[in-house]
Formats: sequence, C-alpha cells, structure tokens
Amino acid sequence: MKCERLDTDVLVVGGGNAALCAAIAARRKGARVLVVEAAPKFYRGGNTRHTRNMRCAHDTATETLTGPYTEEEFWDDLLRVTEGNTDEALAKHMIAASKEMLTWITEQGVRFQPSLGGTLSLGRTNSFFLGGGRAMLNALYLTAEKLGVDVLYDAPVTALEIDGGSFRAAIARIGGRDVRIAAKSLVAAAGGFEANIDWLKEGWGERAENFLIRGTPCNRGDVLKMLLANGVEAIGDPTQCHAVAIDARAPKFDGGIITRLDCVVFGIVVNRHAERFYDEGEDFWPKRYAIWGRLVAAQPDQIAYIIFDAKSLKLFMPSLFPPISADSIGELAHKLDLPVEALETTVGTFNAAVQPGSFDHTVFDDCRTRGLAIEKTHWARRLEDPPFYAYPVRPGITFTYLGTRVDREARMQLAAGGATGNMFSAGEIMAGNVLGKGYAAGVGMTIGSVFGRIAGEGAANHACN
Amino acid sequence: MHATDHLNEADRLMTVCNSCRYCEGLCAVFPAMELRRSFADGDLNYLANLCHACGACYVDCQFSPPHEFQVNVPQTMAKVRTDSYRHYAWPKAFQPMFERNGLAIAIVAALSVAGFILGFALWHDPSVLTGTSGEFYRLMPHNVMAGLFGAVALYALLAIVMGFLNFWRDIGAGSVSAASGLSIWQAVKDVASLRYLDGGGVGCYNADEKPTDNRRLYHHLTFYGFLLCFAATSTGTIYHYVFDWPAPYGWTSLPKLFGIPGGIGLVVGPVGLFLAKLKRQDDLVDKAKFGMETAFLAMMFATGLTGLVLMVLRETSAMGIALAVHLGVVFALFLTMPYGKFVHGFYRFGALMLYAAERKADRPATVPTTAKA
Ligand SMILES: Cc1cc2nc3c(=O)[nH]c(=O)nc-3n(C[C@H](O)[C@H](O)[C@H](O)COP(=O)(O)OP(=O)(O)OC[C@H]3O[C@@H](n4cnc5c(N)ncnc54)[C@H](O)[C@@H]3O)c2cc1C
Ligand code: SF4
Ligand code: SF4
Repeated sequence: MKCERLDTDVLVVGGGNAALCAAIAARRKGARVLVVEAAPKFYRGGNTRHTRNMRCAHDTATETLTGPYTEEEFWDDLLRVTEGNTDEALAKHMIAASKEMLTWITEQGVRFQPSLGGTLSLGRTNSFFLGGGRAMLNALYLTAEKLGVDVLYDAPVTALEIDGGSFRAAIARIGGRDVRIAAKSLVAAAGGFEANIDWLKEGWGERAENFLIRGTPCNRGDVLKMLLANGVEAIGDPTQCHAVAIDARAPKFDGGIITRLDCVVFGIVVNRHAERFYDEGEDFWPKRYAIWGRLVAAQPDQIAYIIFDAKSLKLFMPSLFPPISADSIGELAHKLDLPVEALETTVGTFNAAVQPGSFDHTVFDDCRTRGLAIEKTHWARRLEDPPFYAYPVRPGITFTYLGTRVDREARMQLAAGGATGNMFSAGEIMAGNVLGKGYAAGVGMTIGSVFGRIAGEGAANHACN
Repeated sequence: MHATDHLNEADRLMTVCNSCRYCEGLCAVFPAMELRRSFADGDLNYLANLCHACGACYVDCQFSPPHEFQVNVPQTMAKVRTDSYRHYAWPKAFQPMFERNGLAIAIVAALSVAGFILGFALWHDPSVLTGTSGEFYRLMPHNVMAGLFGAVALYALLAIVMGFLNFWRDIGAGSVSAASGLSIWQAVKDVASLRYLDGGGVGCYNADEKPTDNRRLYHHLTFYGFLLCFAATSTGTIYHYVFDWPAPYGWTSLPKLFGIPGGIGLVVGPVGLFLAKLKRQDDLVDKAKFGMETAFLAMMFATGLTGLVLMVLRETSAMGIALAVHLGVVFALFLTMPYGKFVHGFYRFGALMLYAAERKADRPATVPTTAKA
C-alpha cells in the first residue's frame, strides 16, 4: 500500500462471513468495495474459520438436509434458547430471509456436504460446509476477488470519523502507517470483543483471566467500542455470550473446535474442591453444551474436572488431548491435584446413590441417583471400572452478544434516537439483537450471512444514489 | 510409539482430525479415519495410501501452519506413503532402491540403454545399428525379445504382487473381505476417475488456494497413455504369436491405434505433471522424494517419446539406435517398476478396495497386532 489515503464507495471492516457476504452483495449492486481485515492473510476470517454449519429455514428436504425446517420451528427454537431475549420482529425477519440464504450462499461458491457423522444430530436443521468454515471463507474470498472487491490484510481499523451519525472515513493501520480510508458508507462486521480480556473483565470481573478464547485473537471489539463511543446505541448484556466448557489445556486463543469435550453426560463433574455442582444428566449434550461454560466460570478458579471410568471412554467424540488416567480414584485425585479424600468421598457417595436402571445414552434413560443434594437425573452409572479418567475444563468463550442496535435494513441505530445515515453492521457485532442469551448451533452464520447481505446491499444503495 | 517419526506425526494428525472432522466430506481418508479411535502402523499406511494429495484438507484447515497445531495432512501422508513403498518392497534386499531413488532409476535406465546398444553391436556387426532400417528382428530375433521382456515383466509382476501382499496383510484387508468383487469394482471406478483427486469437487490445490483440475487431467493422460501402450504391446504380441502377423503393422492396426495415442498421452501427461509439480506449494509435498517422483515421470515420458520416435524413424538408418534406446528404456522401466513411484497405483488401488469393504461392513479392518511396520 503506497498511498496514505484511499477512498471507496463501501468500506467493509472485518473479514469473516458477515464481512464477505456484505462485500459481495455490495459489489453485485455495482459499488466499489474495499474490505479491511485486521488479520494476516492466513488468519483471515476471524471466528468464521472455525465454524462448521449454518442454520437456515427451508420448506423441503434437500441434498444436504434431511427434512423441512419451517420458519415457525426455527422461531420456536430461537425463542427457547434465548428465553425471549430477542428482538422478535428482527429475528423473524432474519428467519424469513434465511430461507433464501442457502441458495444465495451456494451461488457465491460455498459448498455443503451431507451431514455424515459427529455427535450433533443437526442434519435436518443445519447445513454443513464442505471442508468447514475456512473452506467456506476461501470460496467467498475467491468470489469477491473475481468480482473485483479489494481486500487489505493486516489492516486493523484504529479510528472512525463519524459526524452527526454519518460515517466519513476510517483510519487503518497498514504496514506500520496510518491510512485514512474515506467511504460513502460503512459496513461494520468486525466481530465481538471476546478476545479482549480487559473488556470481558468489565462484566465478569477477575474471573475472565481464566477464560480461554476459542476463536481469533483479533476480535477485540475495537470497532464496536468506537461505534458506541460515537453515539451508536448498544444492545445486549456484556456478560452474555456463548461459552462452553473446553479442555483446560487448550491454547489461550484459537484452539477452535477440537478442544471441546462432550463426555459430561457420561460421568460426574467436580470443582477444585472435588465437589459436584450441577446435574450432569439434565438433558442431552447438544442441548446442554452451551451452559457448562457459565457453570465452570462460577466455580473457584474457573476450573472443573469431568471424571468417568473405563466403560464410557469410547462413547463420545474423541478430542485433541488425551484424558488423564489412573488406576484408582485416589491416584487420579493426586494427578489432578485435587483433595484425595474429598474426591473419594464424592465418588463414593455418588456411587452409593446410583439407582439400578438400563443405560441408554440415546434416550432419557432411567439411570439416576437418589438422595444426593445435586442429583444426576439420567445416564448415572457407578464410577467403578478402572482405569479412571479425567479431563480438566475451563470456560471457553465463543462469542459475545453486546453489540450495536440495528433495524431490519441492518442500519445502526443512534442512542439518541433514529437511524444513522450510512452505517450498517452485520454478524457478531450486532448478534445481540437476535441473541440476547443462549445459543442454537449455526445461528452465528445465519446472523452473519443474512445481515451481511442486507447490510451490503443497503450500503451499496446508499453509496450509489 | 510408531516405527518412524513420520508415522508418529501421522498419528498426531489423525488424532487432531478425528476430533475435528471438518474434512470428512472431502475424500475417503477422513471417513476411514473416523472408523478408528487409535492408529496402528498398518492403519496409517492404509490412510496414507488412500490420500491422493489433492491438498484440499490443507487449504481448508484452520489449523495448518503457522497455526500452533501445525496440521498438514497432505505432506505428512506423502511422507508416510513413500516410506510405505520402501517398507513393503520385495525382496527386502532391494528396499534400499528407494533411497536416492531418482539416481538409482537413472543409473538402471542408462545401463539398460547402453546394454542394448552394446548388445546389438556385439551380437551383429556394429554396422547393423545404422544399416537395417525397418526390420527390428534382424537386430533382435522376436523370440529373444519376447523372452527377455517376458522374463523381466514376470519378475516385476512377482515383486509387485509380493509387495502388495505385504501391504494387504499389514492393513488387515482380509478381516473385512476387501478382495470381494464389489470392492474391486468400486476401486476400479474410483481409480479410473481419480475420484479423490478432486479436492471435494472443485479440483486440487497447487500453487495457492485457487483449485484447478489440471493434475487430474495430466494424470489421466499418463495413466491411460500407459494402459494404451501396454495394450499396443499386448496386441502386437498376440498378432505375432496367435495370428502369425509379424510387425510392422499398418496405421489402422490395433497396435498402432493403441500405441500412437498412448505414446502421446505418455509424453504430454508426465510433462504436465512435472510442470504442475514445479509450481506446487512446498508445504503440500514431500520434497525429499522429488527425485523419485521426477524419475517416475521421466521414465514414463521416455517410454512414450522413444516409442513415438522409433515409429517415425523405423524406415530410416537411425532405426537401430532408436530401437536400442526404446528397448533399453522399457527394460529399465520394467526392472525398476517394483522399486519406484510406479507402485503407488497398486497400493492406492488396494487402499480403495479396503475402503469400499469398510464402508460396506461399517467397521474398520482389524490390523494384525504382530505385524510390526
Ligand atoms: C470454535 C468455534 C466454532 C463455531 N462454530 C460455529 C458453527 O458451526 N456455526 C455457526 O453458526 N457459528 C459458529 N461459531 C460462531 C461463529 O464463528 C460466529 O458467529 C461468526 O464467525 C461471526 O461472524 P462474523 O463475520 O461476524 O465475525 P468473524 O468471523 O469473527 O469475523 C470478524 C472479523 O473482523 C476482523 N476484525 C476484528 N477487529 C478488526 C478491526 N479493528 N479492523 C479490521 N478487522 C477487524 C477479524 O479479524 C475478523 O476477520 C463458532 C465459533 C467458534 C469460535
Ligand atoms: S485437516 Fe484440519 S480441518 Fe481437516 S479434519 Fe483435520 S484438523 Fe480438521
Ligand atoms: S490431501 Fe486430499 S486426498 Fe489427501 S487427505 Fe487431504 S483431502 Fe484427502
């Protein structure tokens, strides 16, 4: 980049699914489009790199989906997971638009595969990207490039010039220099702030030090912060996010999908004091996946241990790190640095409370405990077959929900009231409009694709008129 | 622990991939991997030979280098694959042929060509080399030619079969009856179309993240070119012995109809593959085996080219030399077949048969625990 000033019709900030859908849509409307991505080329695409599927409503089964998934059903699922913390009109608008999304995104070169394996039974509701999220991104970048969209990598936006609710220019740090990029309209698609531990601490306190971030270290929320500081209306709760329990040995950032563990239902989960703290058999794992991050975050030192025995080892998806194993519970406690007696007592009491039943992890079975302060209500079996195994787990943050309020056109709203003139946002940065709480698999991609496309088209219309 | 570092790395990667599975739709390697939770040497050799090096799972992987998980399936599989050729080769005494393989094959080829030239000159008057246009069998009686090549071809076949059986046992193919008619038919279809060299549908990855399908095209030219040349030679032999029609054959005879397009395929295909190889990202290939792969392509190319040249020059005084060179090249090709890249086709075919059987049985093959790879 030689010049230190650039101008374009539509400036897209970010480089993930939302950004690329916006860029392609804007370009197809005839606008000149520039994408500025904070990450180097290899890491382009933020958390989208780590995704696997996308949830869209559809009326009939397709080559890659096993059955119809109506708008009503999608809405019911969203309502259930968010417990009503969603903008109903906006959410329904998104769900209606999601129907067309499968075709549109396929036209942009993205390919899907039949759902072959895995533990999540999402074959009816979710479409799986062939080769995963990075393959999906590669296809979008290729299409954008062919259409003539310009992309700058290693180019984090560090400042925005906003004047009375109207965007003028952004400053990006490129090759060690500040470059001013003027544009007629802006699409902010720069993700959430989950990689910004200091910001997480504002909501979670010191506990956030022990959080692991599952995705990109680039989503620091800088653009979100600038927008909010410039009068854009915030939506969502800063402590609400998608958080799961992942292997405590995972890297601080970018460990992705392979550090997840889905063996909770097969054993017991104890904290640092070797005490159980929640019903591990409450519901099927895919439905409970997203609550354990929060549960572990509430425990001392934000760490917990999933403990199970030999008979369960092969019942769940393998994960990256091998479990820690020992021939006795005492030895396991020793290896985990847990109080030995306390763990022996917890396991002993648990074993004594297990009722006879026939184990079947594919249904709500009748294996349960009786008489414990915290019962395990399904799939409870004695931990008695050595070797015994354990996985240490920590909260793994997927993405945050605090964001910019938008309308159906994906246009940002002003805290003082009314819509901004030429500022749109899409994806994680406005996910809180739809997801006030909870999460349903694949909705992250829906939000990015649907609002990305709407934002891109809106931004292009504004710029070209 | 495994027998080699490459196997250890392959094991590490398969553990990563098995907990990810994003690539399961790309090729046969991932579904085959998913049937297993742990990987014996035989399993890894099987998976490595099931990989067609299309590169898709590298370009699509969120953990490929520089990510700290350093996931590079195509390169690791390429290394395990080439190690496996050496490991299974028969007889064991010839396994070192796989070290500095390009050089070894070049030497065998040069010696063979020289041997034929010298042989012709010593057998006859040296002048026959330049003076006997059109008549091969004055230089070398047909029975001698057929006997010599028949013997070397039989040896090559024996060595390849023995190597293949070593592989077959080590990957446990017998445990799921992988040699059934259905598995063979499925493998034939998969090999004939190079089904898994398509990067999951868009072509394979070469210089960058933009896929192209030209490696598949050039591979097809090479493969079918070879088969056509083989058919030309076979029909020629049948003409000679069964119908008593000695060469030369007319332009519309089967040996010519097979041989000419076959020769062209063997010239164009290897050149295309070689040029593609030069442009391929280093990350995707096993650079240490550049010599072996190049030697293989060179042998294919030389077989096709010298065959075509011989056909053009057969009525001229250069026929003697052209014949000696062609026969020398083909002789060397047969002799080195079991000890170079040529064997990849057989192992791949075997791996695809096993894959077809595993899919049908819906369970992994049982790898013999005693087999130490
Ligand atoms: C391990 C994992 C698995 C997931 N699986 C799924 C799934 O299967 N399905 C699903 O729907 N969702 C999934 N999600 C959630 C999903 O990743 C997000 O919802 C989605 O990626 C959001 O898309 P986006 O485009 O808004 O943000 P991102 O894809 O995160 O993109 C944000 C972009 O902004 C860039 N950026 C940040 N700051 C700046 C700046 N200052 N200047 C310029 N650029 C900047 C980043 O580099 C990045 O490219 C998963 C998340 C994780 C971590
Ligand atoms: S190559 Fe990468 S993306 Fe593909 S399955 Fe393995 S770890 Fe996952
Ligand atoms: S390189 Fe291609 S054939 Fe080999 S494992 Fe990867 S996707 Fe499969």
